[in-house]
Amino acid sequence: MVPFGYRAAIAAGAMAAALLIGVPGEALAAPATYTVTIRNMRFGAVPANLRVGDRIIWVNRDIFRHTATARNRSFNIDLPPSASATMVVRQSGTIAFYCTYHPGMTGQLVVAR
Amino acid sequence: MLRKFTLAGAAAFFALSGAALSHDGPHPSDAQIAHIAYTAGQIDVAAGRQALAKSRNPAVRGFAEQMVRDHSAVNQQAVALVTRLGVTPEANPTSATLTAQADRQMRRLGALRRAAFDRAYIANEIAYHRTVNGALSGTLIPNAHNPELKSLLETGLTLFREHQAHAERIARRIR
Repeated sequence: MVPFGYRAAIAAGAMAAALLIGVPGEALAAPATYTVTIRNMRFGAVPANLRVGDRIIWVNRDIFRHTATARNRSFNIDLPPSASATMVVRQSGTIAFYCTYHPGMTGQLVVAR
Repeated sequence: MLRKFTLAGAAAFFALSGAALSHDGPHPSDAQIAHIAYTAGQIDVAAGRQALAKSRNPAVRGFAEQMVRDHSAVNQQAVALVTRLGVTPEANPTSATLTAQADRQMRRLGALRRAAFDRAYIANEIAYHRTVNGALSGTLIPNAHNPELKSLLETGLTLFREHQAHAERIARRIR
């Protein structure tokens, strides 16, 4: 049998260790999933507060084939009519994107680490 | 019905006169507007198919594929809309002029080969989209009464402006 005092010391030690190795809550948060919808030849609002590791679901509500293509080539999502596709944000920074078929359709992601 | 349209031989037309789409006289009805818009779309689908049969230039072929795809999509939507609304598209002189000009243009382009065809096709697409876009913004959209028809025409205008810009970019590369 372990004496109570000893058990208490272990518990206290564990708590202290948890605090010491703890990292800010935000970084522990699970990756978020956002949706960007294309409608009437336009990209909808892009999420604020994007972080590397988050997911974006691109949804094409148009009757036309589109793409979501990064100007820096870090992603290139093909979006047939009424299709959707999910990608994981891999790169931080400001990433401009457009539709290769309709280059007037543009937007940009701002991604934190 | 639009499904029964026969635009055999319809193709793109070069330097379509503004008069062809100016629609003199009373304002066009929704039934006439639907007919004109559909006819204009079918003409560009036919032009795209002609380009796919004749051109070997990857940029030109990519553009032509997109024209067939995008204009077919708009026209499928137009057919679905008028069917749902119970509107029977009405033939009119503007549509007839478009088709006649397209026939002439298809014959003209049909006699050209390789780079000469590519240049003429792209030049025609620029002129064609410029004219159709002018008609959409100046005549067809302002006169459309049904909100859904108006919305479809507006989406079409956004799309066709993209097509015009795309054709202009290709023209600079194949000069």
